[in-house]
Amino acid sequence: MAEAEYVLELRGITKIFPGVKALDDVYFKLKPGEIHALMGENGAGKSTFIKVITGVHAPEEGDMFLNGRKVSFKHPTDAQKAGIAAIYQHVTNYPDLSVTENIFMGHEKIQKGTRRIRWKEMHEEAGRLLKELGAGFSPKTLMGALSVAEQQIVEIAKALSVNAKIIIMDEPTAALTKNESEELYRITERLRDNGASIIFISHRFEDMYRLASKVTVFRDSKYIGTWDVDEISNPDLIVAMVGREISQLFPKTEAKIGEELLRLEGLGKTGYFADVSFSLRRGEILGLTGLVGAGRTEVCETLFGVSKHDKGTIVFKGQELKVKSPKEAMKVGIGYLPEDRQKQGLVLQWGIGRNITLPALKRFSNKGMLNNRKELDLAKQLAEKVGVKAKSVFTLASALSGGNQQKVVFAKLLTGDLDVLILDEPTKGVDVGAKSAIYEMISDLANAGYGIIMVSSEMPEIIGMCDRVAVMREGRITAILDREGLTQEAILAASMDDSAPATDGKRGAGA
Amino acid sequence: MKQAATNSAALQGAGHDKSGSLSANIAKFRELGLLLFIVILSVGVQLRNPSFLTWENISDIATNTAILSILAVGMMLVIITRGIDLSIGATLALSGMVSALTVSQYPDLHPLLAVGVGVGVGLVCGVVIGFLVSWINILPIIATLGMMNVFRGLTFETSGGKWVSAHQMPESFKAIATGSVFGINNLILIAIAIYIVAYYFVSHTRTGRRVYAIGSNPESAEISGIRTGRILWLVYSIMGGLSGLAGVLWVSKFASAQGDTASGYELSVIAACVLGGVSIAGGVGKLSGVILGAVLLGILNNALPMINVSPFWQNFIQGSIILIAVLVNALVKRGIDRNNLMRRKI
Repeated sequence: MAEAEYVLELRGITKIFPGVKALDDVYFKLKPGEIHALMGENGAGKSTFIKVITGVHAPEEGDMFLNGRKVSFKHPTDAQKAGIAAIYQHVTNYPDLSVTENIFMGHEKIQKGTRRIRWKEMHEEAGRLLKELGAGFSPKTLMGALSVAEQQIVEIAKALSVNAKIIIMDEPTAALTKNESEELYRITERLRDNGASIIFISHRFEDMYRLASKVTVFRDSKYIGTWDVDEISNPDLIVAMVGREISQLFPKTEAKIGEELLRLEGLGKTGYFADVSFSLRRGEILGLTGLVGAGRTEVCETLFGVSKHDKGTIVFKGQELKVKSPKEAMKVGIGYLPEDRQKQGLVLQWGIGRNITLPALKRFSNKGMLNNRKELDLAKQLAEKVGVKAKSVFTLASALSGGNQQKVVFAKLLTGDLDVLILDEPTKGVDVGAKSAIYEMISDLANAGYGIIMVSSEMPEIIGMCDRVAVMREGRITAILDREGLTQEAILAASMDDSAPATDGKRGAGA
Repeated sequence: MKQAATNSAALQGAGHDKSGSLSANIAKFRELGLLLFIVILSVGVQLRNPSFLTWENISDIATNTAILSILAVGMMLVIITRGIDLSIGATLALSGMVSALTVSQYPDLHPLLAVGVGVGVGLVCGVVIGFLVSWINILPIIATLGMMNVFRGLTFETSGGKWVSAHQMPESFKAIATGSVFGINNLILIAIAIYIVAYYFVSHTRTGRRVYAIGSNPESAEISGIRTGRILWLVYSIMGGLSGLAGVLWVSKFASAQGDTASGYELSVIAACVLGGVSIAGGVGKLSGVILGAVLLGILNNALPMINVSPFWQNFIQGSIILIAVLVNALVKRGIDRNNLMRRKI
């Protein structure tokens, strides 16, 4: 059979989940020996797309061709047999099993006849693959004991062990340092040179320019287009991904910056972060960014009393602050919007109203009895204020869209008498329209005199919304950037560059 | 064990090369600790009552522990998949009752066939539970709690509420549990055989390793194409089959089948697993640990009466030992996690 022009082609793929179209008439073509970048914002449908290719989800509509022949995968094993391997965004490993077992899970080497596992052979093969990839750990190590970068290498070894012809990498560099990324680039290129075709999903332009020859963009579950990488300019690509000029999305208004609310001095927690210093003033939005795993969430959790720091001090309104629990933090005036609203922010099977008033129940209770009327009034008022779209305050939180759920969590924060709001990835998994509404709300809150710490990995919103940005890398603050010096490049450099200048915290904190 | 390897990595830092041997050493720590505790306990009891460490008594302990340890193998598999099986006491009673009724009706039946009847009944019970858990997606604790009552009810129903007692059973049936080969009791031999098969299953077959994979990371198992439903079904079926076998052995050993046989016994089995280091969170558990856990419980059962501890205190002591074992484990794990954090330089 003559070699087909494309090893993989998908036409008109549509995938519907209850209530959402995750993929809407999507196209994709992959040539042999090509590294093809797939880009798009969070929630653009990239991860679902991959799961369609790997047979985890069956699409409602559309066709898939492998080497020109039509295929339809009923089960992940079908895709595996066809030579497709995926390295998922959230490393999908078995922490309690050995590296060898992780590599060979699903295709263990077994003795013909007795079907006994051939451990020795598997350990040897795993050792060989790891060596080839330049890894220094033994195949008998437990997976759970490895770092994220090392686990990533195991995932690649897994793809190699099945002789995959098509390898899909879903944001493999998200949690890696620059050196580790560089290592991954080299490995990826070697895979390509050995004849594999690679689909590379990433948020980082750097990855794309460094590796890919083609780029396909998805936006809001739809197919936008495919270009040669050297054919499309960066601004055009951003427009394709975002679908609008970036600035119009952010209704950032200049709030009046007031007195200092919060100051961190050399804060440290063994194993998580060290030497973190910054300050926050009334009306200010301070961005806290960096790669996943840089320690941002841990710093915030410390501020909110979820966990304890062991070095440095926190000064709140001129006094040293020692909070032991979130309850105390709320009492002094620090509120926290958790990253995972479904798990940490909401009681999904409750109505909107009860969710909103949950942190403030004390206000409506009289000797332990709740005053329902008062509770309801406040819930209605706050729901209106944040603009939750729902029939009534009795609508269940689980029935709301991501954006509306997030608004409910915001309303919850507003019940308290707070000064500082810590927002951890406030627009994660929220659609574009709702994002804009949330940004507006954040701006209003800053205007109302709250000091806001916004933790986010999304570059555009950090640049669009923040007055100052603290960038973290591997547990330390590597730069504090003022609004003038705020560019994507500067943030990326500070969050990734190993040789970035040591913390400039003092200058930034005083500014 | 997870914590052990993490610790070894912590000590080794960047150079993982030697971690294999070191982690293996620490992984044995838990079993060694358990073994040490068993030895100290035995010596202590021996000092108080010299008839403890006699051949007869040791053989007695082993015989009495055999059924517990057989059931613990199945329970270990169930718990590794993040499940639990509360119905095994009832399954044991039902299959014991059915096989006892069968032999009382047909005294000439070959004892192996009687065993077959019991295992068959248990297997059916397990298949039903596996179906509920893997296909209907009922939480294991609920499914098995429900079926526990169903099986217990069936036991009373089939027997009409009466006992099957020793004189209704043929000698050949009672000999299943009381007989011996080369001076070793059949129960012990059966338990050893089951442990050998189980060892081969969990360490040297694909299916066995997948049991661990499912418990370690269910979503990942699904994505990598493991048919988790089938494996869950298999695991509960194995548990049922072993319970059926245990039922026959139990009835044969005590020469009586009653409606409330082995009532609450599932908790002892779960305790043996927990003592042996099987993680209720799934993914972790070793046969060597489970067997030590079962032996420790067996020794306590035997030794405490020998040194004149009142039956009420016996329960108290057993409970405390389980809690202490879990506590020590948690403390060790926390310490290792902290070490691990120290390793990360920032």
